[in-house]
Amino acid sequence: MPQNTARRAGRRTTRRFTRRDIVVLGALLGIPVLLDVVIVWGPALASVGLSFTSWDGIGDIHWVGGDNYENLVQDYPAFWPAVRHNLLWIAFLGLVATPFGLLLAVLVDRGIRFSRFYQSVLYMPVVLSLAVVGFMAQLLLGTDQGVVNTIIGNEQDPVDWLGDSSVNLWMMMLAASWRHVGYVMILYLAGLKSVDPELKEAAAIDGANERQTFFRITFPTLRPVNVVVGVITVIEALRAFDIVYAVNKGRNGLELLSVLITDNIIGEASRIGFGSAIAVVLLSVSLGFVVVFLVQELRGARER
Amino acid sequence: MTADLKSTTRAGDVTPIAPGTAPDRRPRRGRYGVHIFLSAVCLAFVAPLLLAVYTSLRPYEETARDGYFSWPDKLSLDYYREAYTASGMGTYFTNTLIIAVPAVIVTLFLAAFVAFAVSRLNIRGGLALLMFFTAGNLLPPQVLVTPLYVLFLKIDLPWWMSDSMTLYDSYWAVILVNIGFQVGFCVFVLSQFMRTLPKEILEAAVVDGAGVWTQFWRITLPLCRPALAALATLEFTWIYNDFLWALIFISNPDKLPITSSLNNLRGQFFTDYNLLAAGSILVALPTILVFLLLQRHFIAGLTLGSSKG
Repeated sequence: MPQNTARRAGRRTTRRFTRRDIVVLGALLGIPVLLDVVIVWGPALASVGLSFTSWDGIGDIHWVGGDNYENLVQDYPAFWPAVRHNLLWIAFLGLVATPFGLLLAVLVDRGIRFSRFYQSVLYMPVVLSLAVVGFMAQLLLGTDQGVVNTIIGNEQDPVDWLGDSSVNLWMMMLAASWRHVGYVMILYLAGLKSVDPELKEAAAIDGANERQTFFRITFPTLRPVNVVVGVITVIEALRAFDIVYAVNKGRNGLELLSVLITDNIIGEASRIGFGSAIAVVLLSVSLGFVVVFLVQELRGARER
Repeated sequence: MTADLKSTTRAGDVTPIAPGTAPDRRPRRGRYGVHIFLSAVCLAFVAPLLLAVYTSLRPYEETARDGYFSWPDKLSLDYYREAYTASGMGTYFTNTLIIAVPAVIVTLFLAAFVAFAVSRLNIRGGLALLMFFTAGNLLPPQVLVTPLYVLFLKIDLPWWMSDSMTLYDSYWAVILVNIGFQVGFCVFVLSQFMRTLPKEILEAAVVDGAGVWTQFWRITLPLCRPALAALATLEFTWIYNDFLWALIFISNPDKLPITSSLNNLRGQFFTDYNLLAAGSILVALPTILVFLLLQRHFIAGLTLGSSKG
């Protein structure tokens, strides 16, 4: 273990860290910590505070207690649909897109020909900007000259893929998966490359077939990657905003918590207290997942 | 890496299979199946991109008449020229570089040190620090917007740093927010990565009297090159593609980065999808090139040659 060695070494030099070490540590830990407090945690806490007030962004700030939360749950018609959509988004990315990315990674990793080519193509959507993805959604799914409607041959009575509130959420989740799958694949590929090939060879000599090798040898060693992928999947789903906002500003069947926050804070109404209350709901859910993942991750680190 | 594997999968975990079973020889047909499957998925993945490229090469009248999915009469690069000149994309590309390059470098440097301290030095509170950064990156950006906006308006800067005289409406604001927000993700990934490096290398250095800086800069960081290259690629594309921060913290349209300029283009020419397609491809091109160029390094490095010794 490193700490034993460090302590042993420390005993020899009478102290574990020299004065210069302390300065380096102080500066190079201090700067990022300060930055994170100012940019991330401070504002997050401030939002929690603002969620108990009413404020239009200019005038006075009034303390209103839990009123915002009460209104949110009882009177705000878009709230529960948004929660449902967010949950559906998590389920879709987690149960469809992420396993598909893993499957692609395993196939590409088998050392077949052209694997580099496949890999590059599959990763391509990840580097595209949202503006491009939103534009392509319109090109493909539009009602006037959309390609999908042309292919399925119903130009006379086109399906409004982006406007019809019963299908547009699914189209958006597909568009989001387009980028998510490639990202997950590249993370798993990185993990798979680092699995010792000798282990797989040993399993093959013992007569394990490919499936057994994968589930008993490869997959368990991917645990750290699984944790990262899990976090990214849930968080991406909770953060989903860009694509939806680009298509129709998150209205008419595409309501998400992130959209509601933006509407209230940046929109004309500028109900900052109320918007902050939605932000705090999203924050709590996110933090819930984050803490569960981190605790599990730290337990894993201790076992190792 | 090797030590890591040994502790997680012991030899006993492998169920022995009756001797005499032929060792795995994949049938040729299975391989064809994989190729067919992967080709089909790849085709589905690039189809929208190819369609956009195809559309951008054709005159608007033609696609308006026959639809996007029709045989071309005439192909030209005119729309690319028009999109580039009409929207002043050169300036916006420069703005993006002004923001993204320092942001990526500083983020990686700071995150690498934090990850090093958390995973390689046995400092007190290391785990708490890791959680502090990781959890911070996972917060939804919308939660932070209002307080940051108010804060940035209140911070004054000298004229030579920002012509708006405040942090608001300056490149600094966007650079700072990107760094602060992305450091957490990089800390998480890099500390995961550093944990897999062999401890012996660092122990040897400590015995030789190397200080914290040497242990970090000369010994740990070179081993992290593959991870750093991968993260640099990701971070560059993320910061390049971001438009939320720039839209909120920059008010002067001349300072906007390229992704937001596509938004302008979209507003000006939203009926002419062919021109918009050309603009979109121009915006997408740099990130695609960055990925393709860094990819070789990225994949070659992932085998972690140095840790096997």
